[in-house]
Parts: sequence; structure tokens; C-alpha cells
Amino acid sequence: MKKIAVLVEHRQGEIREITFEMLGKAHQLAGSDDEVQALFLGDTSQKELVAKVSPHAHTTLAVYDAALKDFEPLRYGSALEAVLSNADCDLLLMGQTAFGMDLAPALAAKMTMPFTSDVVDIEILDGGVKATRQMYSGKVSAAVSLKEAPKRLLTVRAGAFPAEDVPEVSGEVREIAWSVDGDFAVRKFLSYIEAAVGDVDITQADVLVSVGRGIKDADNIPVAQELADALGGVVSCSRPVADKKWLPKERQVGTSGKTVKPRVYIALGISGAFQHQAGMKGAATIIAVNKDPKAPIFSIAHFGIVDDLFKVLPALTEKVRELKG
Amino acid sequence: MDIIVCIKRVPETAEADIVLDAGKKGIDTDGMVFSINEWDNYAVEAAIQLKEAQGGKITVVSAGPEENNEVLRRALAMGADDAIRLTDPAFEGSDAIAMARILAAAIKDIPHDLILTGVQADDDGFGGTGVALAEMLGLPYAALVTDIQLDGDTLTVHRELEGGLEEVTAVKMPALLTIQTGINEPRYVSIMGIRKVAKKEIAEKSAGDLSLSGDDIGVKGSLSQIEGLFFPPVGEGAEIIEGTMDEKAETLVKILKERGGIA
Ligand SMILES: Cc1cc2nc3c(=O)[nH]c(=O)nc-3n(C[C@H](O)[C@H](O)[C@H](O)COP(=O)(O)OP(=O)(O)OC[C@H]3O[C@@H](n4cnc5c(N)ncnc54)[C@H](O)[C@@H]3O)c2cc1C
Ligand SMILES: Cc1cc2nc3c(=O)[nH]c(=O)nc-3n(C[C@H](O)[C@H](O)[C@H](O)COP(=O)(O)OP(=O)(O)OC[C@H]3O[C@@H](n4cnc5c(N)ncnc54)[C@H](O)[C@@H]3O)c2cc1C
Repeated sequence: MKKIAVLVEHRQGEIREITFEMLGKAHQLAGSDDEVQALFLGDTSQKELVAKVSPHAHTTLAVYDAALKDFEPLRYGSALEAVLSNADCDLLLMGQTAFGMDLAPALAAKMTMPFTSDVVDIEILDGGVKATRQMYSGKVSAAVSLKEAPKRLLTVRAGAFPAEDVPEVSGEVREIAWSVDGDFAVRKFLSYIEAAVGDVDITQADVLVSVGRGIKDADNIPVAQELADALGGVVSCSRPVADKKWLPKERQVGTSGKTVKPRVYIALGISGAFQHQAGMKGAATIIAVNKDPKAPIFSIAHFGIVDDLFKVLPALTEKVRELKG
Repeated sequence: MDIIVCIKRVPETAEADIVLDAGKKGIDTDGMVFSINEWDNYAVEAAIQLKEAQGGKITVVSAGPEENNEVLRRALAMGADDAIRLTDPAFEGSDAIAMARILAAAIKDIPHDLILTGVQADDDGFGGTGVALAEMLGLPYAALVTDIQLDGDTLTVHRELEGGLEEVTAVKMPALLTIQTGINEPRYVSIMGIRKVAKKEIAEKSAGDLSLSGDDIGVKGSLSQIEGLFFPPVGEGAEIIEGTMDEKAETLVKILKERGGIA
């Protein structure tokens, strides 16, 4: 019998979607006599959150302590160690998220667990664990195997597995004792800062003309703006464009920016890294312009032009203007 | 304040046609252009800004072949004081945790108040070497840092969470931070600047120098292993619009009209 555990991720009173994505995958990996476990760390005021995940796991192991109210990796790591000594799981899943990236590599190092990150597929064969992860911004996949060990750890890419259809099982909740022990004052959560609101809300736009690093320079943004104006749309961007301050951060699409679902999304000089895709794959129609035919953006776009965006943009703007007269 | 920055040299692959190497466990990098990992460039700039305000010394560390001296020199030209390259055939096949062990072995003997790494490397994209390194050195840390304020021996940092949300967290030094892109505007490095540091010595350390045994590093010291690389299935993929530029634009306008792309 094998046991697959999922670390529940929650923030600001909500269970994060990645939790259900991992639970779904865990059930898919589990055979009929295997066990799916949910591991919950939080304080007693967050007990109601446990009720949202426990129906989806055979066993939920929970630690409640005031010190665990907000995510802090040193405390969470210590509590998780206590849980893992009770959980005797063979495989632990965490999200490759701001939460998991701040915790998993340290835990793997501390507990000598075979570990790989950001996986998009998992296979368990004869007790061996194999995972697929991506390299070179999604242009290449790697099959990675984890060596034999009592416990192994994977972080899972958000959106890699569907969150729907997570089976319901009659799950029990067990509390695990843990008390603060160690110098945790060296890292302290202070507060959240909500995303800034800009003058333009890209989540409300029907048409987005989105520019990536391929736009090359701040001076070229007006060329994209002209097309957006002709279409009655708005200009958005990928992360490097916001990082370089060519456009304000509020225009950034992706995991650390906005999630958009316009009628039409035109991606110009955007390679299509998964953090970008996560923010725009819900668009009804995706059109990509990129001079690299192998750019990952083409795998999710509906229509593509393999060419220089600086040739396509003016030609397209011109045609749209002609049409509108 | 003494700062150590870990920097990696990576191939530029965004526009390149990638070919797998003969063993299919790596890519053929012949003829590829390499540069400093984008995240690490921001980390070097962050270190220099702290040094400008506080004084102290910056040491840059890179594990890899002789060519890695390019990125080390670039960091020296930006304003780092010392550079160390870690190199040994025994490092080959190290996974990220083993790589963190190699970096830890080198860093533990260099005085430091702060260690900076990138959030992730552009090529392998593991996104965790820094946090594993902090654990090995027994340091408090914060990942995904987009702002640093110094107050005595405490760093008040912003961590980037999802959807534009940020977290404010205090970390007591000595500490390690993994730096996210956009935290600053990395300074320009001129050819003159690089020429000026061309003669500066770059220290080299082998596995032996770092007292690392074969069991700690390489394939043997790694609990994960790349079995093979392959190209991801393309799925349905996009319908590619062909023709002259005029025809392409014409087709695209038709699609836009049909799909509600023209207001
Ligand atoms: C924790 C974390 C969070 C992140 N969050 C986000 C996020 O929210 N949003 C986001 O976008 N990214 C995010 N990223 C960054 C992401 O990993 C990629 O680095 C980024 O999306 C790449 O942006 P890009 O496609 O514009 O640039 P690149 O990957 O450099 O691609 C540029 C593309 O332009 C093409 N090109 C160049 N010139 C031309 C031309 N003249 N004509 C046509 N095509 C051309 C190239 O072929 C290439 O495909 C995040 C990363 C991390 C680690
Ligand atoms: C199973 C497996 C097997 C591998 N086998 C090989 C192999 O045979 N040969 C090989 O060359 N590579 C191999 N790699 C890749 C190599 O292990 C990675 O370079 C290493 O794991 C670090 O991961 P990353 O570069 O994605 O770092 P990330 O965790 O994404 O990088 C974060 C930060 O760590 C620091 N950092 C990372 N690497 C270095 C470095 N070299 N020097 C200084 N600082 C650094 C940088 O500050 C960087 O911004 C393998 C990887 C895996 C997962």
C-alpha cells in the first residue's frame, strides 16, 4: 500500500486551487488500497478550511497552532516535519507556487528527500517515482526519476492537473501535536500588499494587444498601441516588459500579474512561458505572432503568424483602418 | 555589509532552435549565445545598491566551466569585488540539491551578512537552489523578493505572491534572499568596463578544495536524475497563416472580424 500526501495551500482565508489540482492527481495515482492524505497547517480559527479539503482525502492530518496562522517557511517546515513523522507517506506533493518555492527545497535538503520541482506529470511504476518537468521555458521536457527513499517530494506546476472532479471519500481528520521549538523570530510575516490598481483594467478588455520582450524597446510600444486603438482594444504585456517599466505592472498578464479572458488576445513577441500562459489561456481566441516557429505560445494559440512582428503590426493596423474606413 | 551573489551562465534559447545532444540528456549548445542568467543580473545589481549604501564587499560565485569567467567578469565590471569559479568534472550530473551543496561548501568559508541568488535559472528552471542553499547554511531566507529595505540587522523585504499580491516579511541577517526580476534596473556594462577587469584574478576551487567527496555531488550525490529530454507534444497547435504580408494581414482581419476582435 502506498500513501500520497498533499500539502494544503491556503491564504487569506481561502484554500488555493492548486490544492485540489494536487488532490485530484493524487487520487489518479492511487490504487484501490492506497491512501490519499491531506496535510493542513494553520491556526484554530482556520479549522473551517479543513472541512473543505477533508472530504477529498482518506486522512487529513492537521496541526493547529497560533504560530501557523500566516505562512512562514521556518515554522511551517518544522510543523511539517512533525506531521511527516506521523504521516509515513511515500510521496509528498506541494505547489510550485510562492508558498511551495519558499519551503520545498529547504525541506528536501533538511530531510534528505529525493526532490524535483515544477512537475507537469507524475508516474508511479513499481514503487518508482518518475516526473516530467520542463526546461528552456517550455521548449524541452525532461523525464526525471527520483531515487528510492522512504519519502519523496515533488512540487507541482499550477494548472498542470484539473481541479474539477476531485473524488469525494469518507475522510477522517487527525490532529497532530506540534509546539514552537526553535528560533523562528529570524523570519516574520508582517502584512500583505494588494495589487495596485491602474488607470486601465486589462481584465475588462474585450481585445488585448499584448507585447513581450520581442517588442525590443519602450519606443516601440506606440506601434502596438496604434493597433489596439484601431481595434478598440487595450495594450497588455508579458513580465519582462513590466520589469523594464516599458508598461506599468498593472498591464502584466500571468501568474504574478492578471488573469485575462478577452474575446481576442494577440500575443506579439511573447514566447509563451507557462507563467504567461496561466494568465491568458482562457481567452476565446488567441493569435500569436512570433518569428520562432517553435515558440511554446503556438501550442495554445488558435492562429499564428511566423514572422517579424515589426512587419506584421503596421500591415495589420493598416488593414483594420481600411476596413473601418 | 559583505554580500555573496551566486550567478549562472545560461544559453539564450528564447529565439534559438534547440537540438538535443547525442545522449539526449542535455542540449547541443554549439554556436549558442550565452549570457548571465537574467535573475542573477538583478541579484548582482541589488548587491551593488546595498554596497553603495552600506559599504562592504561583494563576492560573486559561479559553478561551471572556464567560460563562466565571462559572467563573473561581467559582474566584476558592474561593481563586484571578488570572483570565484567552482569547477570539477566530479560536479557533472549534480541535481539542484547537489548544486546547492557545492555552493554551500564554497560559501561557508567566506564571511557574509547576506547571500543573494536568482529565483530561477532561465535554462533548467528548477527555481529552488537558493532556498536549499539557505537550509544547508542554516540561514533564514526569503524567496521571490521584489524589494529590500535595510533596518539595522533586519531586512524588510517584499515577496511576490500570485496575482499581483505581495507579502511584507522581516528577515534577520545573516540571511539569504532569492531575487525576482524587476526588483531594480540593472546597470549597463560597457566593453570598456569589462576590459578594465580583464586581468583580475578569478579564484578556482575544485571538489577537493571544498572537501566534497564523490558521494555528495555528481550523479552519486544526487537523489534525482534526468532520464532523458524530449520535445513536448505540440497538441493541436495553432493554425499558421501563410502568404505574403498583405495576404496574412487580410486573413487576420477576417479572423478578427469573425471573432469579435474589432470593436
Ligand atoms: C515566479 C515567477 C512568476 C512569473 N510571472 C510571470 C507573469 O505573470 N507573466 C509573464 O509573462 N511572465 C512571468 N514570469 C516570467 C516567465 O517565466 C518568462 O520569463 C516571461 O514570460 C518571458 O517573457 P517573453 O515571452 O516576453 O520573453 P521571451 O521568453 O524572451 O520571448 C520573447 C519572444 O519574442 C520573439 N521575438 C523576438 N523578436 C521578435 C520579432 N521581431 N518578431 C516576432 N517575434 C519576436 C522570440 O522568438 C521569443 O519567442 C514569471 C517567472 C517566475 C519565476
Ligand atoms: C536530475 C538532474 C540532473 C542534472 N544533471 C546535470 C548534468 O549532468 N549536468 C549539468 O550541467 N547539469 C545538470 N543538471 C542541471 C543542474 O543540476 C542545474 O543547473 C542545477 O540543478 C541548478 O538548477 P537550476 O540551474 O535550474 O537552478 P535554479 O534553482 O533555477 O536557480 C536559482 C539560482 O541558483 C543559482 N545557481 C544555479 N546554478 C548555479 C551555478 N551553476 N553557479 C552559481 N549559481 C547557480 C543562481 O543564483 C540561480 O539564479 C541536472 C539537473 C537535474 C534536475
